[in-house]
Amino acid sequence: MSAAPAGFRVQRWTRTSITSTVAAAGIIGLLVLVPLTLDANATQQLTSLLILVILAVMWNALAGYGGLVSVGQQAFIGFGAYFTILLTQQGWSPYPAMAVATLCAGVVAIPVSFLVLRLRGGQFAIGTWVVAEVFLLLATIDQSLGGGTGTSLRGLNVYSLGDRLTYTYWFALAVAAAVLAALFFLLRSRLGASLQAIRDDEEAAASLGVRVMSGKRILFVFAAIGCAAAGALTLANTLFIEPSSIFSVQWSAYMIFMVLVGGLGTFEGPIIGAVVFWFIQNQFADSGAWYLVGLGAIAILFALFLPRGLWGTVEQRFQLRLLPLGYRMRATAETTAAGDEP
Amino acid sequence: MTWVNAIVQGVLLGGLYALFACGLSLLFGVMRIINLAHGDIAVLGAFLIWTLVHETSLSPFLATLLILPAALVIGYLLFVTLLERSLRAGQLIPLLTTFGLAIVIQNLLLQLYSPDVKSLTASAGSFTTSSWHITDQLSISALGALTLALAIAVLGGLQLFLGRTGMGREMRATAQDADTAALVGVDARAVYARATAIAVAIGFLAGGFMALRSTFEPSSGPTQLIFAFEAVVIGGFGSLWGTLVGGIVLGIAQTIGAEINPQYSVIAGHLVFLAVLALPRSGILAGRLARA
Repeated sequence: MSAAPAGFRVQRWTRTSITSTVAAAGIIGLLVLVPLTLDANATQQLTSLLILVILAVMWNALAGYGGLVSVGQQAFIGFGAYFTILLTQQGWSPYPAMAVATLCAGVVAIPVSFLVLRLRGGQFAIGTWVVAEVFLLLATIDQSLGGGTGTSLRGLNVYSLGDRLTYTYWFALAVAAAVLAALFFLLRSRLGASLQAIRDDEEAAASLGVRVMSGKRILFVFAAIGCAAAGALTLANTLFIEPSSIFSVQWSAYMIFMVLVGGLGTFEGPIIGAVVFWFIQNQFADSGAWYLVGLGAIAILFALFLPRGLWGTVEQRFQLRLLPLGYRMRATAETTAAGDEP
Repeated sequence: MTWVNAIVQGVLLGGLYALFACGLSLLFGVMRIINLAHGDIAVLGAFLIWTLVHETSLSPFLATLLILPAALVIGYLLFVTLLERSLRAGQLIPLLTTFGLAIVIQNLLLQLYSPDVKSLTASAGSFTTSSWHITDQLSISALGALTLALAIAVLGGLQLFLGRTGMGREMRATAQDADTAALVGVDARAVYARATAIAVAIGFLAGGFMALRSTFEPSSGPTQLIFAFEAVVIGGFGSLWGTLVGGIVLGIAQTIGAEINPQYSVIAGHLVFLAVLALPRSGILAGRLARA
């Protein structure tokens, strides 16, 4: 850390960040035990919360760290679900099928990224949407996948209801922990710094030698994998999917809502946004269209008046950094002492 | 001959897509905003026209004309309440707020009008069903021809407006460099508000003609947005007449796809769009001089 001016030192780990990192690991550890103490319904609810967390974290990785606003992530959500169906039709057992489908989404995302990453800003947004529509139409046309009427996941009935929900919960928890850990290490790496440089000013970053395209591509593939896992988990959690809902643009609306409310470009924000959304969904999802009107309106208000979201505002207000993602300049003892002298 | 017919129908359909694309292209050209609510705004227009027709039993064409002043006001309000603030907040925010607006409009329509499909085809009388039969298999519908003519007129009108009038010159100057334009006394805010008003009016016009041509429902917006965007990209971003070419290419792709199998109609259009995207320089007319 020789770059720091004399009298200062650069610090990554603080007492707060050590405490909260240990606490986060502890919470994930505790969450493993949750289904052993809860009934089936609560486990299923928690699984949907974890799915929302995964989705929010993925959308935030794209938009908050890469400046890529996608309204087409449902392409990969649907892909994850349908590829799982496809594999189980070939005789695969559901859980391995979910894992393989998730990874396959990453492979599919590579050629897709070559197309859509040619577009920027709003053009990228609609470009990803077109890709999602193409995936939707392909799934609808393929009669072996149930066509437009949908299809259900078979093969999970070898487990009892309680076991099935518990395994699915653990799968979701593992994916959520994995994407959070991956994002954490990604952001701490050299790539993390370049991604944020790209988000803030693409031309300036490129002129300093940041490899803009490969950085964006890594994020895009990462987000595709996460979203596919969320799709496969949605399938395992509900056992039935139809193309018009698993490929619905409403997923994008949910993701944008969670990230805007929680805090765009913050690590913790999307998790908070997911919890908020999960509560709202449980309370108001029965109110039909008004519920979605409210979601859209709240998202607009947050974007305009609280663009840093709930967590971003707290973070700024209290200079709080729970996780060791950035660097802090701290005055060393002698500077402080020197400053105290008249 | 059926292929010739498919191409002719595609050209006519392209007129409608060009009309949808016009407003999207204008806002992008002037403000660098992609309005993700454009399709839903057009559908909102269709619903307002439908309501007017059903309350007063006016001709749908007259109702469309009557709604245009309201569209200008709605566009102005849209800029003042939403876009102006979004523009100031950075590059990502306009996308997020217009997407939020799309969700709000779509679900408000769903709540107020129910999810049933609606259409103005019947209210327009014999005109929507009349057509010129060139041969047994080739016919040109009067409505299709009118839509295409209207698209050409709107594009031509926009070009004249941008090229020949003071307001148009201000708009082009602001599009190129808002700060420098401000130095010579162009009020960017007023220019942006006017551009939004015009874009919404053209969107309502497109919505009205969509309602005349086919059915529509509260959830029709996103599809129209996607078609409009594809037309803009295929034609080359920033080119007004390219929008027409893009709309027609998209229309032909869809009608030819439908000729092979009705299920392939929309996906054929998407594939042409993705193919154009994969070209070394996007847009068929990308080399052409860009205009507003």
